[in-house]
Amino acid sequence: MIEIKQSSPYPLRGVLPTDELMLSGHLACQGCGAALVMRYALKALGERTIAVIPACCWTIIAGAFPYSALRVPLFHTAFETAASAAAGIKAGLEVLGKGDITVLAWAGDGGTFDIGLQALSGAAERNDDIIYVCYDNEAYMNTGIQRSSATPWRAWTTTTPTRHPKDEPKKDMMAIMAAHRIPYAATASPAYPEDLVRKMQKAKAIRGTKFIHIISPCPPGWKSASELSVKLARLAVQTKIFPLYEVENGLKWRITLEPKGLPVEEYLKLQGRFRHLSPEEIRKIQETVDAEWARLVAKAKAEAS
Amino acid sequence: MATEVELKAGIPSGKKVITGNYAVSYGAALARAQVIAAYPITPQTQIVELLADFCAEGALRANFIKVESEHSAMAACIGAAAVGARAFTATSAQGLALMHEMLHWAAGARLPIVMANVNRAMGPPWSIWTDQNDSLSQRDTGWMQFYCESNQEALDTVIQAYKVAEKVLLPAMLVLDAFFLSHTSEPVEIPEQGLVDRYLPPYNPEFKLDITDPRAFGGITMPSEYFELRYKMQKAMEEALEVAKAADLEFKELFGRGYGLVEPYRLEDAELALVTSGTVTSTARLVIDELRAKGERVGLLKVRLFRPFPTALVREHLLKVPKIAVIDRNISFGHGGIFAQEIKSALYNAEPRRPLFGFVAGLGGRDITPELIEEIIAYALAHDRPEEEIIWMGVKR
Ligand SMILES: Cc1ncc(C[n+]2csc(CCOP(=O)(O)OP(=O)(O)O)c2C)c(N)n1
Ligand SMILES: [Mg+2]
Repeated sequence: MIEIKQSSPYPLRGVLPTDELMLSGHLACQGCGAALVMRYALKALGERTIAVIPACCWTIIAGAFPYSALRVPLFHTAFETAASAAAGIKAGLEVLGKGDITVLAWAGDGGTFDIGLQALSGAAERNDDIIYVCYDNEAYMNTGIQRSSATPWRAWTTTTPTRHPKDEPKKDMMAIMAAHRIPYAATASPAYPEDLVRKMQKAKAIRGTKFIHIISPCPPGWKSASELSVKLARLAVQTKIFPLYEVENGLKWRITLEPKGLPVEEYLKLQGRFRHLSPEEIRKIQETVDAEWARLVAKAKAEAS
Repeated sequence: MATEVELKAGIPSGKKVITGNYAVSYGAALARAQVIAAYPITPQTQIVELLADFCAEGALRANFIKVESEHSAMAACIGAAAVGARAFTATSAQGLALMHEMLHWAAGARLPIVMANVNRAMGPPWSIWTDQNDSLSQRDTGWMQFYCESNQEALDTVIQAYKVAEKVLLPAMLVLDAFFLSHTSEPVEIPEQGLVDRYLPPYNPEFKLDITDPRAFGGITMPSEYFELRYKMQKAMEEALEVAKAADLEFKELFGRGYGLVEPYRLEDAELALVTSGTVTSTARLVIDELRAKGERVGLLKVRLFRPFPTALVREHLLKVPKIAVIDRNISFGHGGIFAQEIKSALYNAEPRRPLFGFVAGLGGRDITPELIEEIIAYALAHDRPEEEIIWMGVKR
């Protein structure tokens, strides 16, 4: 039997660097998970970092010209080009003898799962030396909450109204990235900042393409109270809807935190985007989550044996 | 192609019989492009292949990103240029169209990327042969555009384009005709690396992504500032006219060859000026010579620089001539040939008014033969003014 530790293998205290590379004048909404995760990510990566941000909420969060909420250089780029622009920046840095600088591509789920998937696949296949973070708020939030292929089954968005909520399951992006056999892929949650920071630091130390998928609660998009964002990020993990794990070289799967296995309803009921769900639908979500979890455990177990 | 041993020692100079595509590769290598990101498409493929060879053999110390699309090629060039690396790519037709969004991005970000575009007709239906609709469709993206007539000019223009682009901080595209240049071998003088280095110092922009001076580039900009940024782009384009002229003169001093922004040919005392771009120019030159020999007073203006448009030079040369005939290997559907439109608009606010004949010919790689050019000239000489706004040459109706 695979042994899953009750706590993260990464010690929970004393790992958060005190440096602040994200400034308080940013333009995020109250309770924005994406703002929180950038703060943690930059703490982990430090100031020898260049950030690349395609069209997404972070285009706005970072501030309007001539301001920037980041204390690292920031290159804004077109929606589908986070990975390719980052690859170009890295190639330029290398040829100029500055290849040690970390290049961070920072994109939303739309920019990753959908329109930017081709460029990301290209970079991953070439194993370009970048850290690609997808902060996943499960819809196109910048443009006002339209569905993406990261939107969960049956969730409400403005293009999946409650009379016909989303029919399709969330795309399994981690599996897609693992299938590229990139050296490192991991999930993270702002409710577990130490785990997140350690994973970013681990990514920083590895050469090649690193992919970090971070659940990022969005109060306006999820129709949740802004003070509940961290709780939702925790419940996503504890209900096994968004388990914390990492994959090395596409083959070595490891669960980094054992979830309590709370009922999915605990998570769903705090969000207006799921308010219309019938008990039947909630049951079906629970079944899917349990089955996905079992598959994940099996992958981790296969590696352990 | 150069051998492995030769390449280890850098790019060998001297006379070589090479295709237009190879000439472009030599130009990019001699310009010491540092990051190349490109995707293959007929008829550009050999540009990418030879550069990959140069990189593999160590003749060119560049980072070659073998991207999965042209859109990513341009995005990667943009990233590379933004950190201060000299970036190069090459494409054609569908590839250029796919880049469109990023062409705006490169220019708006003021990144002096140089790109070769091999002119190829747009599909559908599929065609791999030359016409100019691909590059001219990118007219308003903020890229400079140089139309080349020979393989030598293509090589030299890569080097000149960097010189101009890095001075005015706008990207530059050099354009060459599919097959007529891209796949046709001509003798080309490969300049010495040392001389090229003297002409083209390393790229070192004042503003770049720099961890010691963190700045945000391209963030959302309010109407209170955006307008001025666009004004500055236009000013940079205007400056580019002078910079390009000076860059060409300096090139001529060092290498003994220059091209001008436009090139007048036998225009003195002409009754008719033909206006051409690309390889049609070479054919037209022969026709002009023949007709001159028969006593016909005809001349030619080759337009090499299309963006920025050399309005003053066009006026200077064309207003002296009573009639103008423009050959367009392109069409703006719903209006007409694009060079003809551009020249009309350049002349509109100037005196005297000259009749301008707009001929559309050679789309999709149909030959523009000496006979066709003779017909064009005969038509223009025989008419006081055009009977139609677009005169279609050789179309089967
Ligand atoms: C080519 C292109 N298509 C559409 C848009 C409009 N657009 C900007 S951001 C966005 C959605 C971004 O969604 P996501 O990546 O999930 O980031 P989020 O806004 O949720 O943070 C869209 C559709 C664009 N900028 N570019
Ligand atoms: Mg999103």
